[in-house]
Amino acid sequence: MIQVQDINKSFATHQVLNKVSTVFEKGKTNLIIGQSGSGKTVLMKCCIGLVEPDEGVISFDTRPFSALPEKKKRDIRKEMGVLFQGGALFDSFNVEQNVMFPLNMFTDMTFEEKLERVNFCLKRVNLENVNKLFPSEISGGMMKRVAIARAISNNPSYLFCDEPNSGLDPKTAEVIDQLISEITEEYNITTVINTHDMNSVLQIGQKINFLYKGNLWWKGDKNTILHTDNQELNDFVFSTELTRRLRK
Amino acid sequence: MFRLLGEYLFLLYEIFKRPDKGPVFRRQLLVEFVGLGVDSIGIVAIISVFTGAIVAIQTAYNIDSPLIPLTMVGFTTRQMMILEFSPTIISLILAGKVGSRIASEIGTMRVTEQIDALRVMGVNPANYLILPKITASMLFNPVLIIFSIVVGIWGGWFACIVTGLVASTDFIAGLRGWFEPFTVTYAMIKTVVFAFIIASVSGFLGYNVDGGSVEVGRASTRAVVVSSILIIFFDLILTQLLLV
Repeated sequence: MIQVQDINKSFATHQVLNKVSTVFEKGKTNLIIGQSGSGKTVLMKCCIGLVEPDEGVISFDTRPFSALPEKKKRDIRKEMGVLFQGGALFDSFNVEQNVMFPLNMFTDMTFEEKLERVNFCLKRVNLENVNKLFPSEISGGMMKRVAIARAISNNPSYLFCDEPNSGLDPKTAEVIDQLISEITEEYNITTVINTHDMNSVLQIGQKINFLYKGNLWWKGDKNTILHTDNQELNDFVFSTELTRRLRK
Repeated sequence: MFRLLGEYLFLLYEIFKRPDKGPVFRRQLLVEFVGLGVDSIGIVAIISVFTGAIVAIQTAYNIDSPLIPLTMVGFTTRQMMILEFSPTIISLILAGKVGSRIASEIGTMRVTEQIDALRVMGVNPANYLILPKITASMLFNPVLIIFSIVVGIWGGWFACIVTGLVASTDFIAGLRGWFEPFTVTYAMIKTVVFAFIIASVSGFLGYNVDGGSVEVGRASTRAVVVSSILIIFFDLILTQLLLV
C-alpha cells in the first residue's frame, strides 16, 4: 500500500499539485487520470522519488519515503518496478541483458538462475526467442513488454507505469493493460498507472484518481466513473466523439 | 559559474562512491577500455605519425647553421613528442573524439529516461555510468600516449629517411642523447590529469542535459570546447609546477 498525504508541489510560481491525498491499494490497479498538465506525471514522479514534493508525506507500507535520506530511499527503490512512457530500455544492452540488469545489480544469483528468471519473465509477457535482439530491433509494443519484464524481474512490491499505452495501437494497448492487471493480481503488487486512455480506465481501473488542475477532484472505480455528475470528470471522460456517442 | 562548479563537485562526490556491485563495475570498465581506449588507437597512430614526421622535417629545415649538428633533429622530435605533442595534442584530439562520445551517450540516456530508470531501480547512475569512463580513461590514456610517442618518433625517423634530410645514424644519435627520464613522468602526469578532465567534464555535461536531441548535440559540443580549454589551462599550470 502506498499512502499519499497532502502533497504540494510548485515549479517557480506555478502550483502543479495542491494538497493531494490518496491511497494506492495493494493487489489492485490504481489509476491516476487527468488531462495533460493536470499534474499526474508529477504525482507519479513524487511517488518514485524523481521529484521532491514541497510538502506532504508519501509512505510505502508505513515507511515515510519522502522523509528518508537518499541511501534509505534506494533500499525502497529496489522494491519498485517502473515502466516508463518510452520503455527506457538500455540501448547498449540486448533484451536479455535489459531484463537481467536488476538481477545483476541486486542479487547473488548464478548466471543460470538469472537466465531462468529472465526467460520466465519474458514468457510471462508473451515474448520468446527475442533474448538477443536489441531495443532498436523490436517494435514499440515489444519494447513495452520487455520493460514490464524488466520491471517485474526482481519481484517488486510496487509497480509504476507511466502512460503504458502511449504510441500503441488499440489491440496492443489492450494486451499491455491486461498483462499489467494480471501481474498485479498474480503477485499481489501495488500498481499505480498514469494514463489518459479511457480504454485502460474502463478495462483495468479498479481504483481511479482523477486529477484536475493539480487537485484530486474525484475518486472511484471503472463502474462509477460513467455515472457521475462531476462536470470536470465528465468533460474529460466524454471528450471524444466516440465516448459521446456511446453515452447517448 | 560557481553554481556549475558546485554541481560538478557534487556530481564527483556521487561518482566516487563505492560501486554497487564489483563484478558489474569491472565488466563496465572493460567495455569502456574498448570504447574509449582501443577504438582510439587508429586515430592516435595516424596523427602521431604525421606529427612526428612534420616536427622532424620542420626542425631539419630550420637548422641552417653548420655549427648545429643534425643529431638535433632526432633530439627535438623526441622532446617535442614527449613534452607536448603526444600528451597535449593527442589529449585535445581525444577530447573531441571521446569527450563528445561520453557527453552524447550519457545525454541521450538522460533524455530517453534511461538515467531515471537506473535511479528508480536503486542504482547510483552517476557512479554506474561515469566512474568506469573516468577510470578507463585515466588508465588507458597513458598507454595511448606512450604509443603516440613511440609512433611519432618513428614517423620522424621515417620522414628523415624518405626525404634524405637527416641520416638514420644522426637521427638515432640525437634520439639517444641528453635524455631525462622525468620528461616521461611529466608527460604521464599531464596525460592522467587531462584524461580525468575529458571524462569527468563530458560526463557532467551529458548527465545534466535537459531537453531533447538539440540539447544533447549542444552538450556534446560544449564537452569538447570546455575540455579543450581546461586541457590548455592545466597544461600551463602543470608545466609551471613540474618543469620550472
